[in-house]
Amino acid sequence: MNAPILRLFGLVLVLFAALVGMTSWNSVINAEEYRSNELNARPQIQQQRVHRGVIRARDDTLLARSVRGSDDLYKRRYAPEAQLFAQVIGYDFLRIGRAGLEQSRNDALAGERNELTSVVDQLRGRRRVGDSIVTNLDPGAQRAALQALGGRKGAVVAIEPATGKVRVMASTPTYDPNRLDDSGVYRRLSTDEANSPLINRATQAGYPPGSTFKVVTATAALDGGGFTPESTVVGNSPMNISGAPLRNFSNEQFGSVTLTTALTKSVNTVWAQVAERVGNDRMAEYMERYGFDSDPPMDYPDAQMLPSGVYEGGELLSPASERVDIGRVGIGQERLRVTPLQMATIAATIANGGVRMKPRLTSRIVDADGRTVERIEPERARRVMSRQTASQLTDMMGNVVREGTGTAAALEGIEVAGKTGTAELDIARRINQPSFIGFAPRDRPRVAIAVSLERIPGGQGGVDAAPIAQRVMRELLR
Amino acid sequence: MTARNRELFALIPASLLVTAGFAAVFIQRDDLLSDLSLTYGALFLGLCLAAHLVLRMTLRDADPYMFPLVAVLACFGLVMLYRLDESLARDQAGWFVVGLALFAGTILGLRGDHRVLERYRYSIALVGMLLLLLPRLGSPVNGAYLSFDVGPIAFQPAEFAKIAIVIFLASYLRDTRQVLVVGARRFLGITFPPLKHLGPLLAVWGTAMLLLFVIQDLGSSLMFFGGFLALVYVATNRVSFVVIGMALFAVGARMLYAVRPTIQSRVDAWLNPFDPELYNREIGGSYQIAQSVFSQADGGLFGQGFGQAVVQLGDNPPILPAAHTDLIYAVIADELGLLGACAVLLVYLLLVERGFKTAMLATDSFSKLLATGLTAVLALQVFVIVGGVTKLIPLTGVTLPFISYGGSSIVANFILLALLLLVSDRARREAARP
Repeated sequence: MNAPILRLFGLVLVLFAALVGMTSWNSVINAEEYRSNELNARPQIQQQRVHRGVIRARDDTLLARSVRGSDDLYKRRYAPEAQLFAQVIGYDFLRIGRAGLEQSRNDALAGERNELTSVVDQLRGRRRVGDSIVTNLDPGAQRAALQALGGRKGAVVAIEPATGKVRVMASTPTYDPNRLDDSGVYRRLSTDEANSPLINRATQAGYPPGSTFKVVTATAALDGGGFTPESTVVGNSPMNISGAPLRNFSNEQFGSVTLTTALTKSVNTVWAQVAERVGNDRMAEYMERYGFDSDPPMDYPDAQMLPSGVYEGGELLSPASERVDIGRVGIGQERLRVTPLQMATIAATIANGGVRMKPRLTSRIVDADGRTVERIEPERARRVMSRQTASQLTDMMGNVVREGTGTAAALEGIEVAGKTGTAELDIARRINQPSFIGFAPRDRPRVAIAVSLERIPGGQGGVDAAPIAQRVMRELLR
Repeated sequence: MTARNRELFALIPASLLVTAGFAAVFIQRDDLLSDLSLTYGALFLGLCLAAHLVLRMTLRDADPYMFPLVAVLACFGLVMLYRLDESLARDQAGWFVVGLALFAGTILGLRGDHRVLERYRYSIALVGMLLLLLPRLGSPVNGAYLSFDVGPIAFQPAEFAKIAIVIFLASYLRDTRQVLVVGARRFLGITFPPLKHLGPLLAVWGTAMLLLFVIQDLGSSLMFFGGFLALVYVATNRVSFVVIGMALFAVGARMLYAVRPTIQSRVDAWLNPFDPELYNREIGGSYQIAQSVFSQADGGLFGQGFGQAVVQLGDNPPILPAAHTDLIYAVIADELGLLGACAVLLVYLLLVERGFKTAMLATDSFSKLLATGLTAVLALQVFVIVGGVTKLIPLTGVTLPFISYGGSSIVANFILLALLLLVSDRARREAARP
């Protein structure tokens, strides 16, 4: 009877091999698929079991922390100051997922380092603790921006030109992130089409830039485009641009003016002609250099950033296309959609001598013992224009604030450079999009700023947006 | 070195394992190492030493590796249970003591000659059948009648019945194995056993079907019937008998599948565990098997470490139901990874190897068949539950021997081990004799 017993053992071996095979399939081979199964709540539960790191402002103000609940899961709690930065910080809740910095810096916050470190930690019996992040955000200036916006919808972005550090990123209306844990509140806020409080207008709203875009046209013209600040162009009104008459503000006649004057007084017909003479290709090239047509290189979720550019039916259309009326693009009209972050980047690039820096929300990552794990160093995106062009643009923008449309942005004792914009959304009802971009101090810039306000009846960049910029810059330069 | 000394040395890794295991759980829980882990280790070592002394006095020549292998499994089970729920581990430790007592009792009672069991084979068979039908008096758990309550204790008679039935079959087949082979007829190219002896065999098949029908548990009946086929095969060396048996089982199971919704839903849950309707069904749905594979997927190659598996959150209903009994293998795979789970399977495989080795060494047919049957039933039980948990076969409620929580399981399996050691002692002594 020994031969059949041996064969029986052989059968047991085969059966056990099948068990090992199935366990391998479940635990290793097909594990990723199971982990991403929509019925599987374990990955989320596991992340909520980690003591997630805190998020702090630049001055160490606590913005977000985690507290342990009765069910052994940690839950996010946002400090009152976090409401100032609601859309930037985002949220992290079991039921609704993650957004904002909570999403883009999730690996650090959840303490997910490489496989080896976690195995070592496990052997040492350490419970995984998330790293903390310290942001570049300035609560004082952010509060000033929100107060200056005063309940109007819109956004303010302030960047440190030399480093790309984002100091202010305000979007109104805002909300209390703690309340999103209630799925009813979340559903109501996420479907509120009229106010869209969850939208970060600074990065997601494609606003018509109006005359602030003339700075881009000027860059393409001056930076080897055959123009100088003293080049003269006839600024009569109306003028025929792409087969349709274009008027100056109040249909004003300017005659022959220099580009400096044309920027100071925001002469539409001059800049439309300049853009036409510079041409589609060159305009497209400089827009791309400034960062148009792609997601901004910021440490923020791609899904919450809109590339700026010319849009046709919801899709980006290259400004080099013949279907684009480049004359009207040159004065910020046409189908241009530009985010406040992109507008701030334009100002910051000029302020930084022509070099565009990548915008950065995070300053450093700190572990549970207070050691800095990673410092987010300033990173240059590219040189957009020559130092000389940047300097010429700075002078021209200085004139705008000194004696042109942007005087409301002027600071006492500090020279400010800037450009106003007033995009007409509804000419019959005089509903406009006022905006302003600028930087200060003019000769050693420490802050670049963009302000844009949504649908203001009778609103003008120099009247409505410039004072907001002035207030925030004053706060940041204190 | 004598067999008993080898056994003594082999117990050292087992007690080290239990100490290290408790230490790991303590560290996980309190971030400080309590000397309680040493106490637990010492207590466990003491118990094992006591059992070892019984073996040293009574079964001098028995296989030296079986008991340490079981000790490893049992102590590993205690650590896992301790990690899930301290009170469960305390209960289980109590049952461990009861199991060891019955283990010693069985050995002392049968040390003269275990073949006396043959004399009572029909009584044993009857007791086994009655045990199986007892749970019908109780209320079903997840649609299956597996246990009934004796005071505060949930008694699982199937664990004991499996031993009774193996004893009966080993004895019955010892008598009839020759005639089954000699009287066999070939018909349509298949060898059939003689009709006269087909009766009792059909009766066993009928019993398995009845089990399926009455207690509605596919797992137990698969285990019983598989053990039966293994014995028939070893007794007669005829594959055709096994094929006929399997065909009959398949037919019966298919018929029952059609009429029994409990079995139907088990199979449906196995085939489509991620079907939302099945997943969300309150009773008999696929939630358990889906969570089982999700839990294993969390483990990866090395596992998440002791205490890291998502089993329960606060006082809410458990995320992973029956983690301490049916699904304990999923927790092992989750916390110790593929490697840990394979190590556990390897220990079972070594134990099975020792069991079959014992059967091959035994000189008389009854002992051979008894050792084969007991080993096969143990191996099948592991296969049925681990196969169910890993979604190789439909999930049914049997315990993982020596590891799962459950008094009946641990006590019955210690008796099973005692019988194997009794067979082994005689076989090895006779083999050593010139």
